[in-house]
Amino acid sequence: MTSGRGYLWGVLLLLAVWQAGAWWAGGAVLAGPAEVAGKLASEARTERFWMHVGMSTLRVLAALAVSFAAAVPLGLLIGSSRRVDRLAGPLIYLTYPVPKIVLLPLVLLVFGLGEIGKIAMLAIILFFQLLITTRDAARGVSRSARYSLYSLGGTRWDLFVHVIWPSVLPGIFTALRIATGTVVAVLFFVESIGTRYGMGFYILDSWGRADIPQIYVGMVVLALLGAILYETFDIMERVFCRWSQL
Amino acid sequence: MSASFHELIRCNGVGKAYPTEAGPVPALGATDLALEEGETVALVGPSGCGKSTLLLIMAGLERPSVGGVEFKGTPLARPHREIALVLQDYGLFPWKTVRRNVELGLKIRREHVESQRVDSMLAELDIGDKGHVYPQQLSGGQKQRVALARALILKPSLLLLDEPFAAIDALTRERLQDLVAEAWRRRRFGLVVVTHNLQEAVMLGRRICVMGNVPGEILDTVENPRACAPDYRRTDEFYEVCRAVRCRLEQNL
Repeated sequence: MTSGRGYLWGVLLLLAVWQAGAWWAGGAVLAGPAEVAGKLASEARTERFWMHVGMSTLRVLAALAVSFAAAVPLGLLIGSSRRVDRLAGPLIYLTYPVPKIVLLPLVLLVFGLGEIGKIAMLAIILFFQLLITTRDAARGVSRSARYSLYSLGGTRWDLFVHVIWPSVLPGIFTALRIATGTVVAVLFFVESIGTRYGMGFYILDSWGRADIPQIYVGMVVLALLGAILYETFDIMERVFCRWSQL
Repeated sequence: MSASFHELIRCNGVGKAYPTEAGPVPALGATDLALEEGETVALVGPSGCGKSTLLLIMAGLERPSVGGVEFKGTPLARPHREIALVLQDYGLFPWKTVRRNVELGLKIRREHVESQRVDSMLAELDIGDKGHVYPQQLSGGQKQRVALARALILKPSLLLLDEPFAAIDALTRERLQDLVAEAWRRRRFGLVVVTHNLQEAVMLGRRICVMGNVPGEILDTVENPRACAPDYRRTDEFYEVCRAVRCRLEQNL
């Protein structure tokens, strides 16, 4: 977890660079941080702004839940069984390198322009990162750990509960943290189509009205959403995987 | 062959070959080995001769390609609750504290976990103050004590040690050997130790089986009735047996 002081310095440096850029470029292109903060304060008093924030957050959380529920058990299954891995491995190698964002038109065609289509797109992006990490971590469980567990009288279920699951958990949190940046970026894309709520729409709408400070408000909110998610996963890892922090 | 009344485990012509794309690779030649209850045996031999494979077969973790194993007169096909195994790399789970590692076998077997029983086991192995720490915070010697505690708390009839102290410095290794010998004197479990270290074999094995080259089989046996006795390593007899085992090993290489 980034220390509070480290964060403070990072934010101060960012604000300084941002302000210097605003002075250099002129307010018509790059609104300064003070102006954006003022706009954010006024926007935060409107119900509509919070609807945008709420919808984006809900979409990301729903995608996280769906992808976690699908990818983690599947990754555990593939990683724990050589036979399943032999069958599923080639499919993963073929599909993983495909940039998932190019599937956006297809996903929206299949799942529709509504919420399901948007959440499905985000979930697909997260799915592969979680699947690969979980599978690799499950495959990495040593023979010695298996022997130890079985020699204590453990069953396959005990192996899963006491060995595989705790050993893959840090990898899952790492995958979630890495995926956070990607999922927020893709959120902007999916919210630019077929919706009037969400930070993606908010930014594009501001752009259309040439409301420069509001564009930056949208960008700041998306950055904050990513940072909050990142730190949440970091804290969860510290709580659930104390042993991996030693 | 039928099992005698006090026989603990018997390997009847046990051999193992691992399948590869180029065909089966032999790891262990046909091997006969039997242990009485409370007997201690050390297996020594060159690297890759199949010592550890034989141990894993005796633990019920590997199936022999030929032959079979009987534990107390019953065919052994899977791990048995009276057989405990300690591995060279300790086999501890880094996500569990020392106490949770030691308790794990009891929990898995749905046995009541008595806090006092765990405390006394940790104290016996001189890690009484380490219950709350994680294995990665311990030295190699302390980790192996935890692994021994986890095995001994299950009150095994047969304890299998696979090169248990190979990664540990010489003095700590001797202390751990003494600890195993002391535990054996108290409990009189059957003990099989796989080791490269001749002194370890002589300290712990009342019978020392010398295995031949790859794929190995037991070629020679040295009787060593004073093994596990206190202060045995400080006697002339100890070094004589070490020399005898060394000669047999060199003859069979």
